[in-house]
Amino acid sequence: MAVESKTKYDRQLRIWGEHGQAALEKANICLLNCGPTGSEALKNLVLGGIGSITVIDGTKVENHDLGNNFMLDEMSLGQSKAKCVCTFLQELNDAVKAKFVEEHPDALIEGNPSFFSSFTLVIATQLLESSLVKLDKICRQSNIMLLVALSYGLTGLVRISLKDHEVIESKPEHFVDDLRLNNPWPELKEFAKSIDINVTDPVVHKHTPYIVILINIAGKWADQHGGCLPTTRQEKKEFKELIKSCMLNVDEENYKEATEASYKVSLTSGISSQLRQILSDSAAEVNSSSPDFWILVAALKEFIENEGAGEPPLEGSIPDMTSLTEYYINLQKIYQAKAEADCLVMEHRVRAILKSIGRETDSISKAYIKNFCKNARKLVVCRYRPIEDELNNPAVQELQKYMIDEDYCFSAGFYILLQAVDRFIANYNRFPGLFDTEMEDDIARLKTIAVGVLSDSGLHGSTLTEDLINEMCRFGGAEIHSVAAFIGGVASQEAIKLITKQFVPLNGMLVFNGIDQKSQILLV
Amino acid sequence: MASSSSELARWRDIDKLLTRQGNIVGPGFEPSPQLRQDIGEFARVLVVGAGGLGCELLKDLALSGFRNIDVIDMDTIEISNLNRQFLFRLQDVGKSKAVVAAKRVMERVSGVNITPHFCRIEDKDIVFYNDFNIIVLGLDSIEARSYINSVACSFLEYDSDDNPVPESIKPMIDGGTEGFKGHARVILPGVTPCFECNIWLFPPQVKFPLCTLAETPRTAAHCIEYAHLIKWNEVHGGKTFDPDDPEHMQWVYKEAVKRAELFGIAGVTYSFTQGVVKNIIPAIASTNAIISAACALEVLKIVSGCSKTLSNYMTSSTS
Repeated sequence: MAVESKTKYDRQLRIWGEHGQAALEKANICLLNCGPTGSEALKNLVLGGIGSITVIDGTKVENHDLGNNFMLDEMSLGQSKAKCVCTFLQELNDAVKAKFVEEHPDALIEGNPSFFSSFTLVIATQLLESSLVKLDKICRQSNIMLLVALSYGLTGLVRISLKDHEVIESKPEHFVDDLRLNNPWPELKEFAKSIDINVTDPVVHKHTPYIVILINIAGKWADQHGGCLPTTRQEKKEFKELIKSCMLNVDEENYKEATEASYKVSLTSGISSQLRQILSDSAAEVNSSSPDFWILVAALKEFIENEGAGEPPLEGSIPDMTSLTEYYINLQKIYQAKAEADCLVMEHRVRAILKSIGRETDSISKAYIKNFCKNARKLVVCRYRPIEDELNNPAVQELQKYMIDEDYCFSAGFYILLQAVDRFIANYNRFPGLFDTEMEDDIARLKTIAVGVLSDSGLHGSTLTEDLINEMCRFGGAEIHSVAAFIGGVASQEAIKLITKQFVPLNGMLVFNGIDQKSQILLV
Repeated sequence: MASSSSELARWRDIDKLLTRQGNIVGPGFEPSPQLRQDIGEFARVLVVGAGGLGCELLKDLALSGFRNIDVIDMDTIEISNLNRQFLFRLQDVGKSKAVVAAKRVMERVSGVNITPHFCRIEDKDIVFYNDFNIIVLGLDSIEARSYINSVACSFLEYDSDDNPVPESIKPMIDGGTEGFKGHARVILPGVTPCFECNIWLFPPQVKFPLCTLAETPRTAAHCIEYAHLIKWNEVHGGKTFDPDDPEHMQWVYKEAVKRAELFGIAGVTYSFTQGVVKNIIPAIASTNAIISAACALEVLKIVSGCSKTLSNYMTSSTS
């Protein structure tokens, strides 16, 4: 990477690394409709150095665009909106290839579906349901990721649609270190035993790392308890007392750390239910057309059943802890060596599987295998239902729960009402509440339609409050800049997660409730 | 000024919220075609910080109908700002953030007046801050937030029944981001907890004990901080370390590498050295956009009453 790009992108490289940046720079994004929601979403991606953008919009710039879209100004009036937005976006980053097509998205979806096949990801904004359903089919057929974003008055939504998305670097915020204190392997145990935790030298005593302290005291405990580690609350309490009794001084940091980390001795071995689900996924029964990720999962399954004795490969790093430099470096080496050995076993298994399915044995890189092993406990697979499927067969029970939940009822209500607005537009060819003079009538019309949506969704007992229906009509289809910037911001954040394959994307539909300033995920 | 009919057309979308009555609105909301004009004419907003959040806030506020905005920031534009501070270009590097940001927004949104202040927040006297109806904070330091908080709280007066006098309440909207995470909150001194009440919400800054740095280093960060905090003074005596001087940073980096080699510690890179020494917080455009939008929407709600206001705290973490 060039020095200048490295400096320019420094603050984001610290999050997704050069490999994440490279993925962004390879990605081709298509934006449908460049109102404020779409323009803001693209702006954030252009700043971050996305590979290319193609802006699709068939409208000309009007006065109302100047009131909510920063990419347009007085000079743009009457010109192609796609062209003007594209010109401004290009100004933000000349490393990005920016193109525009002056055409209505619906025309492309209807008349030229193959147009979309060259993109990595399509961001569809302010589209009607009927068009979305068609676009979703096109994208799924060509394995193109689809991001849907909509801003409507003080509400909006963001949703992802694609067949499956596998994440190796899920980067969870909280995750228990893989230290194996409950089941240390021979080299680690041996190293711990080689250190006398009752050493009389006070400097060494207070610089004995907690990993060593806990393994030794756990060994002692197991000897006194028929080979068992502390499990009950009382036992865990006694175990902590045992740790404290080994302190020479109350201010020994390493013993405080040991007490805080003592629960790690009692952790149950084995894998999480989430990982178990991935291992038993039908995609893990691999064949010659399986993606690399699933070949690694197949190898992981074998590893856990054989060499791992129930555990995935060791992660290999240890957190910082009070310690003599020498002890700490030695511990680091022991963990690294075990991780490398595990990785090597995995590599052999991967190569054997590749051979068995008729692929080149070196067609998956060592770096990929290493990264997979390091994150084996954190793998995530996301799947999304086709939009049509979700509309026809919503998760009724979930929705019903949201509708009566005080915290969620507005978001669920907006979700239903946004569908009702789509039907209203199909009937009346305009937004409900577009004209002040029709407000009263539109409220009654929207209510009737909303009742229909509820009943079609199987939500017979649920009702919507009059207040919310009124509010929806009050919005009158307005695209409020701050709401659009919020929704566009969320959409660009999800785009980054999908393209870099880092972090976990939304696992449901995000509904924005601008009244209470809540964004909630609905599992519909 | 454009003709009033084109102005009406221009603000078509936001006027839906400002001219129509609703049932889920703030107390005392009086919708009318005049409301947007009054907001533009009479509401004075101060944006503190013209960085990642500040750039977004100025845009969002200008497109929410605010026309009297001030922005204060002592910093100048750096190359590493360009991945998110969308009002700045490569040729702006070295110029005042406040000045350039104000100019760019005024160029694009006609009718808005943004006054930049290229100085420290402490350089302004307290009267300056009292002139604003609302203060929006787009800051990355706890100290700066504390300062503005103390200024805003100092305006608060209580009546004889010990209730806060409404006119003396200076609302603050505080935004903050780190990587994919962020927060937005409304602080009404005397009504909601203030910044100092909730200061524990911020994670403590990592500080290593000097004895660890000097005697038992274990990580790359320990080696870097040794070079930065101990070795620099030993070698350079009275000369102050300047984190923005590349020669100084190079020196610290090389010393850190030497120390890491001595102890067999891996992971010292130039980029990591900068990160540790300058306490760099990762930042991206999308999170700044999300948090600023949430803040700007709350500003509009508080000033206009067009919807309920955020009860106090909103965090965003989609990762």
